[in-house]
Amino acid sequence: MASTKVVNIPKGGFSFENCQRNNFMANQGFPAPKAVKTGTTIAGFIFKDGVILGADTRATEGNIVADKNCFKLHYMAPNIYCAGAGTAADLEMTTLQMSSQLELHRLNTGRQIKVATANRLLKQMLFRYQGHIGAALVLGGIDSSGPHVCCIYPHGSTDSLPFVAMGSGSLAAMAFLESGWKPDMELAEAKVLMRNAICGGIFNDLMSGSHVDLCIITREKAEMIRPFEVANVKGERQGSYRYPHGCTATLSTRVIPIEIESTVVRPVAEESMDTA
Amino acid sequence: MACMMSSMSTSDLLSSDWLTSEHSTGTSIMAVEFNGGVVIGADSRTSTGAYVANRVTDKLTKITNHIYCCRSGSAADTQAIADIVNYHLEFHEVQLGEAPLVKTAASVFQELCYNYRDQLTAGIICAGWDRRHGGQVYNIPLGGMCVRQPFAIGGSGSTYVFGFVDSNFKQGMNQDECVQFVLKTLALAMSRDGSSGGVVRLGIITEDGIERRTVLGNELPRFYEG
Repeated sequence: MASTKVVNIPKGGFSFENCQRNNFMANQGFPAPKAVKTGTTIAGFIFKDGVILGADTRATEGNIVADKNCFKLHYMAPNIYCAGAGTAADLEMTTLQMSSQLELHRLNTGRQIKVATANRLLKQMLFRYQGHIGAALVLGGIDSSGPHVCCIYPHGSTDSLPFVAMGSGSLAAMAFLESGWKPDMELAEAKVLMRNAICGGIFNDLMSGSHVDLCIITREKAEMIRPFEVANVKGERQGSYRYPHGCTATLSTRVIPIEIESTVVRPVAEESMDTA
Repeated sequence: MACMMSSMSTSDLLSSDWLTSEHSTGTSIMAVEFNGGVVIGADSRTSTGAYVANRVTDKLTKITNHIYCCRSGSAADTQAIADIVNYHLEFHEVQLGEAPLVKTAASVFQELCYNYRDQLTAGIICAGWDRRHGGQVYNIPLGGMCVRQPFAIGGSGSTYVFGFVDSNFKQGMNQDECVQFVLKTLALAMSRDGSSGGVVRLGIITEDGIERRTVLGNELPRFYEG
């Protein structure tokens, strides 16, 4: 027999039920928890054989490091990857949605996805949300028209440039890129420059830290190097509080066995199913 | 004397203006018509608060082969509007079977900028050449008005050069004179306005299409520098 409980279909739109309670709690000294942000240093640039993207690995929640080794280089298509700065949840969802839309598009057209397509889809989505989705992205990839790097801002504007940096550590990273980037760099040089740019952000920006992840996209393949460099190693504890066996002398021993008085075995009857 | 080290609290970091400000094309843009076409020009700086996010921006956006627009205001808003107008004009061109009029492009811009005036921050100069009326410049500032002018200036840097353009504009200039007029105006605007800078991007639109030029910072006309 079917249940008589009415299924509660949630109405669409924002639910304001908890707003009064939240306000009350905030006034009492219990503010709402801050969203996890990837403080971040991300950068991308074009080199001789393709595109290189780099990111740090720290995710912050206010002043606390929420994740010491989070992954900021997101897969979009086999030939396109995306580094993200901003609100971690927004980035994760946006890039997942986009990558599935791009796959559908690829199946529709039967061709390799162009970076311009990914760029346009992302900017139109972010513009529609008028900047409320906190996702700042560095999109990089290689397609039939060559390598491309674009930066996409939360409000929906994009810039296609040879080298870009985004996030709170972008100023430090950009300093390295402005002085070190030149056209047609070799892969080895490019890796060093990217490592320097991201480390610039890691060491000089409080909201970026931990390690350097790299993603190198060329015509043949996309290579993810995680971590490329472990820039911040957890310190080795110098002392130990462990006491080895036998360092404390035994003065006397007394063994008191627990005596079993009686044993009772009681089978548990099966409950009959309630079909009311 | 005690040594004071200024402490940077994390709230400063979290609220730095270049992290939270919207991307805006600070800008100086300009367009002048001459007999046979138009000359359009813009600086190349996009600022996010006090940080220059892109120092080589291209603010002269193609709408059709013979119609371009100069964008000022919010980068996101103007890019989105230009994409929409581009779409409408491409469709219109296919339906019409011939190149659309500059007035048509300006009207589509106006429709968007006026109807969504509260949600947008976009100052646009739409300029181009068509077979019926030759070179035309249409100025579509913030509120969504659309007016044809012999020349138009826009953006934050334009406020510094209204006097210059009003005193130096002459009717009946030829193409080279227009180019010099635009260069001098933009150079002056860029030297006074903090939100404008970089290189000057020029476009000369005639019956044959567009000829694009880039004038680097050190090649610009020089004026009094103190």
